[in-house]
Amino acid sequence: MILKGKALQYGDHVDTDVIIPARYLNTSDPRELASHCMEDIDRDFNKKLEPGDVIAAGNNFGCGSSREHAPLAIKTAGVSCVIAKSFARIFYRNAINIGLPIVVSDLDIKEGDRITVDLDQGVLTNETQGTQDKFPPFSPFLQGIIASGGLMNALKEGQL
Amino acid sequence: MSMTQTQKIIAAACGRDKVIPGEIVLAKLNMVLGNDITAPVAINEFRKAKIDKVFDKDKIALVLDHFTPNKDIKAAEQSKLVREFAREKNITHFYDVGQAGVEHALLPEKGLVTAGDVVIGADSHTCTYGALGAFSTGVGSTDMAAAMASGKAWLRVPEAIKVVLTGSFKKNVSGKDLVLHLIGLIGVDGALYQSLEFVGEGVKNLSMDDRLCVCNMAIEAGAKNGIFPVDEKTLDYLKKHKAQEPRVFEADKDAVYAREIQINLDELTPTVAFPHLPENTRTFKDIPKDLKIDQVVIGSCTNGRLSDFVTAAEIMKGRKVHENVRCMIIPATQQIYLDAMKMGLFEIFIDAGCAVSTPTCGPCLGGHMGILAEGERCVATTNRNFVGRMGHPKSEVYLASPAVAAASAILGRVAEPGEL
Ligand code: SF4
Repeated sequence: MILKGKALQYGDHVDTDVIIPARYLNTSDPRELASHCMEDIDRDFNKKLEPGDVIAAGNNFGCGSSREHAPLAIKTAGVSCVIAKSFARIFYRNAINIGLPIVVSDLDIKEGDRITVDLDQGVLTNETQGTQDKFPPFSPFLQGIIASGGLMNALKEGQL
Repeated sequence: MSMTQTQKIIAAACGRDKVIPGEIVLAKLNMVLGNDITAPVAINEFRKAKIDKVFDKDKIALVLDHFTPNKDIKAAEQSKLVREFAREKNITHFYDVGQAGVEHALLPEKGLVTAGDVVIGADSHTCTYGALGAFSTGVGSTDMAAAMASGKAWLRVPEAIKVVLTGSFKKNVSGKDLVLHLIGLIGVDGALYQSLEFVGEGVKNLSMDDRLCVCNMAIEAGAKNGIFPVDEKTLDYLKKHKAQEPRVFEADKDAVYAREIQINLDELTPTVAFPHLPENTRTFKDIPKDLKIDQVVIGSCTNGRLSDFVTAAEIMKGRKVHENVRCMIIPATQQIYLDAMKMGLFEIFIDAGCAVSTPTCGPCLGGHMGILAEGERCVATTNRNFVGRMGHPKSEVYLASPAVAAASAILGRVAEPGEL
């Protein structure tokens, strides 16, 4: 799968409370969650975002609570991929379990850079800066989950 | 190959002699947990997948604790969805308003977790039960849905950080100060994907409430789990709470750790995490004396246990909450509420001018029961102080022990109990 979009850039330790504040967790409707996505860190997030854009961040993206509403809000808002230097572990597994692509990379990415992600080849390209990084593919077990389209499908196919 | 305590529990749960850090395994679960925020998402996934049976109605705990008693119509709908599922599937451990409490205080109290168990919960502070010698970790709602169906979860076997404790706490120092100190030392991603294994002769000096508080905040260092060895105190606790027969796993003497950290409990002093990350810790020599506050919250799965209220009441007895401060007292479970009431603690709190609330997560996650306005400052015994965590994005949360919170409530600023 090849993903293309511009980057929206954030720093280290972007936590789940700013991705989707708890005051909106009285619903689990993906569209409503998406409409408040990143609101406490970037009021204009939904205005800036075009479908297919990527989030690029620093270390420990998605730290804090286990709320799956966070990757769900990001995915439903139209983000095609999150690229970070590292991910908090519950966010990491939630993203895989719901089928939101995530990439661990140190590649320098600035706000607005044009990004291409080749998930199958494991290549991340910053078209604006003309730089590239390779990232390791997921383990076979996780690839199985992603190929099935998420954990529940994998379960039904007898992978668990 | 030698293994850590966590690795041994995981190996046993997948029927293996050994597991290797980094490998992904499927582990059998002893308990699967969800709350009124995460369970609805899981239940919807469960239903969407057209699965009709849960793997074991006795091994699922559903606790309505976050926005309960329901704060608005939407929250009420979410709770209703969980309630209906619990009835339909005949879930044994379903806790509604009147029996419910903050999940991570409730499960150990009800004896639902024992040493050697593997527990996942759709709540990040599920790591709390490591205090009982269990492997427990937070996951998301889809994990919970799959686990309710299969009784299994995929886990990446973690490496561990060994935290060696020596000595014992001085007056007014507790488990909260220890864990804040540790997070300040290694940072909010200092233990990412790893276990925090606490060992050393200092362990025996920690009460079970201290250990529960310490493991509760393992996630605030990014850890997968925190865990304590099982000793006399653990066994007594498990017996008292009628938990299942413990299965005791000890780390091998030559187990390999990613890192070792030494902490002498004698050297710790009251510690506060400044906004907006739990790693922004300071001790009182670096805390200005004029940090005025608007609210104090004593409660949550971190410090909402009986000993926390005993500590706070000792400090508040015969004193008055500062005129500019609202102080919320929130016992984490009905049992704690009852015990505190019988001990006369509520009288002390109410005389001092505090509001005493029914058990709920409430303000801890900015839900209800004490939301902050723009520019307001709160000292809380909770575990997170992210931007907007307790209300307005421009409000501030300072994380501290019950002793510091009580002293701050009296003095109207971030203050140390020794100042009174
Ligand atoms: S008390 Fe706070 S941290 Fe604990 S479960 Fe409730 S919301 Fe989460």
